[in-house]
Amino acid sequence: MAAIELEDAAVARGGRTVWANANLAVEQGEFVAVLGPNGAGKSTLLEVLLGLLPSQRGRATVNGEVGYLPQRRSFDSSTRVRGVDIVRLGIDGARFGVPLPWRNPHAGRIAEAIRLVGAEPFASRAIGELSGGEQQRLLIAQALVGEPQLLFLDEPLDSLDLPNQLAVAALLDRICRERSLTILLVAHDVNPLLPHLDRVVYVAGGRVLSGRPEDVITTETLSDLYQAPVEVLRTSDGRLVVVGQPDVHTHHGHTH
Amino acid sequence: MLAYPFMQHAFAAGSLVALLASVTGWFMVLRRETFAGHTLSVMSFPGASGAALAGLPLASGYFVFCALGGLAIAAGGRRGAEQQSAAIGIVGAAGFALGFLFLSLYGGVLESLESLLFGSFLGITTDQVWTLAGIAAAVLAYFMLVGRPLLFGSVDELVARTRGVPVRALHTSFLVVLGLAVGATAQITGVLLVFALLVAPAAAAQRLTARVPLALALSLAIALAVTWGGLTLAYYTDRPVGFFVATLSFALYLAIRCLPKSSFATR
Repeated sequence: MAAIELEDAAVARGGRTVWANANLAVEQGEFVAVLGPNGAGKSTLLEVLLGLLPSQRGRATVNGEVGYLPQRRSFDSSTRVRGVDIVRLGIDGARFGVPLPWRNPHAGRIAEAIRLVGAEPFASRAIGELSGGEQQRLLIAQALVGEPQLLFLDEPLDSLDLPNQLAVAALLDRICRERSLTILLVAHDVNPLLPHLDRVVYVAGGRVLSGRPEDVITTETLSDLYQAPVEVLRTSDGRLVVVGQPDVHTHHGHTH
Repeated sequence: MLAYPFMQHAFAAGSLVALLASVTGWFMVLRRETFAGHTLSVMSFPGASGAALAGLPLASGYFVFCALGGLAIAAGGRRGAEQQSAAIGIVGAAGFALGFLFLSLYGGVLESLESLLFGSFLGITTDQVWTLAGIAAAVLAYFMLVGRPLLFGSVDELVARTRGVPVRALHTSFLVVLGLAVGATAQITGVLLVFALLVAPAAAAQRLTARVPLALALSLAIALAVTWGGLTLAYYTDRPVGFFVATLSFALYLAIRCLPKSSFATR
């Protein structure tokens, strides 16, 4: 049984079709990137799969519980709540009532999620004091602490500098393999992710196209999808690099 | 000093106000809604003049108008939305205008205008203490019920909403609770000095610790200390209690800010 399935799905927003005839099958444990130009409907794809937005036609199926990390800005520097408490909110944050401060029945699961993302050194500090990369790790821990089978992330690399983008991509790859977790990640730039991906999904020009990276990521296919000259190069050690993706600018992300 | 019934009333009312202000204030500072808190304190003015006009106890006017002000601000937009600060400003102006109208209809000068603005601890009645106790019980019950989802929605509204936290309902209800806490605080510190109990203890506690339960306890301890200290100093010096509460609060906050960061940054 596939972890994620779209069969002839179509979605409209404000009477306008965003994309149609979408077919997609993602196996459990795959690391998948959702790519494409701004406004093409990448986040919309996540919303359809989460059931936040109905598919007008066909079927959209997700098998298993989903941890979701929406697109966001970082925490304000004055936010004086510990990272570990932010992670805990992923378990019981929506529940009414107030927990007893001296008892934490979830301590084991929280510690495990924090270890998994490598956040032990800073998890007990106030979240507002942490760098963008550190905050992103804790938010991933928050999404993971409920022990979902799937993880959906909307532009998690967007606010990070290049070293942190590479580190978070590698971290997600490791969690994906260790936990057999299915990861669907929306991104602008495919390059930091390319070494890790099992599958890419391109959303562009009203279409949804998916396949293995080496089949889809070619100069012809991408230029056709983006309706712009995009070039795929192969480095001397055999890695693919995509040049000329619209909306991808030089990295000006920063940590503080 | 505590042999006098009026001082017993003052300490009882002061302690209840410290409890209300410290817990509500901690959430207000976390949610960065101090501007809303300030505007709600202004609503005490139409509250007091309206109550005088209607011949009701002043305190009831404070609570009704401050809570209504909370509803009006909530109707003005989502927290942090661009139009929200404009809505808060308009509610404040409308509150002042309404208070001025009530005052002219009343046809006189509010005898307690100075204590309205700067607070007083004289002449607090048993009824007033019981009203404050009722408000404090209701507000505490509110926080016991929604404290956790409110914390979630305060630090991370987007994720909280996707996890099923009713952020809009919490936003509205919190502003009403903030109105009640402000209305209570204004009875001791006066309208102009509510932040002495609403902001300073909470902000100092947030500086000392990032642990939520500990921060709430510290905020309460600081608020109680400055209230009791202020009442004692006011009793012995015969100077206004609002001055002492605000000055002690400010001094304590300043002292905590001056502590070296390394002594508490990771706690």
